[in-house]
Amino acid sequence: MTDRIPLVEMRNIRVAFGGVQAVDDVSIDLYAGEVMGVVGGNGAGKSTLMKALSGAHKADSGEILIDGKPVTIATPRDAKPLGIETIYQTLALAENIDAPSNVFLGRELMTSWGTLDDSAMEDATRKVMKRLNPNFAGFKQPVQSLSGGQRQAVAIARAIHFNARVLIMDEPTAALGPAETTQVRDLIRQLKSEGIGIFLVSHDIHDVFDLADRISVMYHGKIVGTVNKNEVTTDQVLGMIILGKKPTEMTQTELAQLHG
Amino acid sequence: MTDVSSAVPTTDSPDTPPAQVQVVAAPARGLRALEIDLRLFGMVVALAAILIGFGIVTEGRFIQPVNIVNLAVQSVSVAIIATGMTMIIISRNIDLSVGSLVGVVGMTMAVLMTRTLPNLIGFDHPAMWIISLAIALALGGLMGGLQGSVIAYLGVPSFIVTLGGLLIFRGVTWAITRGVTISPVDPTFRLLGGGPRGSIGGTASWVVGGTFCLAIVGLLTSGRRQRRRFGFPVRPMWAEVLVGTVGCALVLSVVWVFNSYLWPEGLVRQYAEANDIVVPEEGLRIEAGVPWPVLVLIAVTIGMNFIATRRRFGRYVFAIGGNPEAAELGGINTRWTIMKNYILIGMLCGLSASIAAARLDGATLDLGQGYELYVIAASVVGGTSLAGGIGTIPGAVLGAFVMSALSYGLSFIGLQSPIQDIVAGTVLVIAVGLDTYNRRRAR
Repeated sequence: MTDRIPLVEMRNIRVAFGGVQAVDDVSIDLYAGEVMGVVGGNGAGKSTLMKALSGAHKADSGEILIDGKPVTIATPRDAKPLGIETIYQTLALAENIDAPSNVFLGRELMTSWGTLDDSAMEDATRKVMKRLNPNFAGFKQPVQSLSGGQRQAVAIARAIHFNARVLIMDEPTAALGPAETTQVRDLIRQLKSEGIGIFLVSHDIHDVFDLADRISVMYHGKIVGTVNKNEVTTDQVLGMIILGKKPTEMTQTELAQLHG
Repeated sequence: MTDVSSAVPTTDSPDTPPAQVQVVAAPARGLRALEIDLRLFGMVVALAAILIGFGIVTEGRFIQPVNIVNLAVQSVSVAIIATGMTMIIISRNIDLSVGSLVGVVGMTMAVLMTRTLPNLIGFDHPAMWIISLAIALALGGLMGGLQGSVIAYLGVPSFIVTLGGLLIFRGVTWAITRGVTISPVDPTFRLLGGGPRGSIGGTASWVVGGTFCLAIVGLLTSGRRQRRRFGFPVRPMWAEVLVGTVGCALVLSVVWVFNSYLWPEGLVRQYAEANDIVVPEEGLRIEAGVPWPVLVLIAVTIGMNFIATRRRFGRYVFAIGGNPEAAELGGINTRWTIMKNYILIGMLCGLSASIAAARLDGATLDLGQGYELYVIAASVVGGTSLAGGIGTIPGAVLGAFVMSALSYGLSFIGLQSPIQDIVAGTVLVIAVGLDTYNRRRAR
């Protein structure tokens, strides 16, 4: 893996909110076809780090490289042409408009007359949904009247329809029932096999262990360490999240306390 | 309605959420097959009820063509701005400056036409009206854009910026002439204000009506073909035919009402003398037809509805109103969208000011005074949610008609203006209250 050029490389990223250093000199990379788990407690800086990549929040300093080339990402409009798509924890849907309009929001299909081609967008959305959620219905109603799983499907459809190369998923299963969670997990495996690089941000250590190839643990705005999933136990990762120390630095007593 | 809908096997498309299907009664299901906006339909019924109600109270005098025509022309200035206000409110903003903007643009134009332009290009220059109109639109757009830039790029709340605009523009209106009334405007320009001479005539009105009927049929046909092409569910044929027939009948009856309004005798005599026409015994029958301002309003309504529903900009305005953060994350340039929205309403104010000044044949210090309240009321009565994200252009225009029909009717039966205000205020609160209740129940 080390010989290949990473799909995404973030170097020495810093983001501060007022006096608080939310992300402090963080470097992280991601390869094509890889799932990188990003874990950490509340306020560890996971989401902020990902926002620096998706353009939702500009980094104060640091470098972002795509395919080894430096890029500037200041707004979401910069990230999308680079193939960086995000599924936000809040889903970030415009609740008052229908599913096709949300899927194509900001990238509408137009007729040759310069008008919105709603039929073509509905058609494309129906096709994506066949793959994501075959039971999906309600292409013509505001998404606020859809179920949680269906809304999630709309958010995912928006991210994968445009040939994403990098997918950022922020707590993708947090609000879902068991059946839908399985569906999302299957989807992540499928996208990975298609060569998409995925940042999986999650609280759920089991989710991450199930899906990720590597795991980066954040603690108080810094990366504690990045580990290969196969070389660690859940307890060790849990220890990194809670104590902010690498497995080799932890004492037996500290590990024992985790279970206390 | 009931027998029609029961004759149809089933009209439930898979898109219809099951929870709603169970509670919908047969007549409502028929309406759903028609795919008509129920709220708009309700407003048309309300407007008809108001007109008929006043008609009964006044023993038919109220619904004479002359009153309907006056009512229509009177609604135009507010209705034009209400289409823009709807877009502003949908985007979770507000514009309180529209009335003052109408004042400042109207006054500027009156000064242009009576003082500045005659010196430059001469009195009665044939291009006078179009130059003035262009300046009005540009000036309105500029002022709107100025406010929009402060709102969008400096992040000052629109309520405050446009409240400032309300005061500033009214002050500027006064400053232009130190409060002096300016009159008259260019004769061609005056046509914009309506009246017998400012109408397009009987024959032209039938042509316009016929064109609209063709357009309705064309739109229904192409819409159906489009949905067929992608294999989407289409509405039943009987519904298409019914919508088309009712639409055309409505258009033609509106034309008929406008054409029933004849030139008054005095004007006919003047016109006959000027053109050497011998007036026969029974008098000369000249149909006024659709007034120019009403034609302008129709064009604005169609144009704004097109922008709101068929163009990217409109989609973005709705998205911003639904979830501003999501719109930004979706890659929409939200600031520029908001700014454009204010440029648009500014231009509509310029157009509205032109019509108001043409109708008055000049400009007074209080031109457009209080418009902001009527415009916002029209928009909200027309189904626009002040929380943003919801609203329609035709609804706003109907809302303007409902509000003016009420006040025109009340003054027609001799109620003083404070009483009219009481009624208008009450109707506003009741209409929005009912709407809020319905929406909550629909959840």
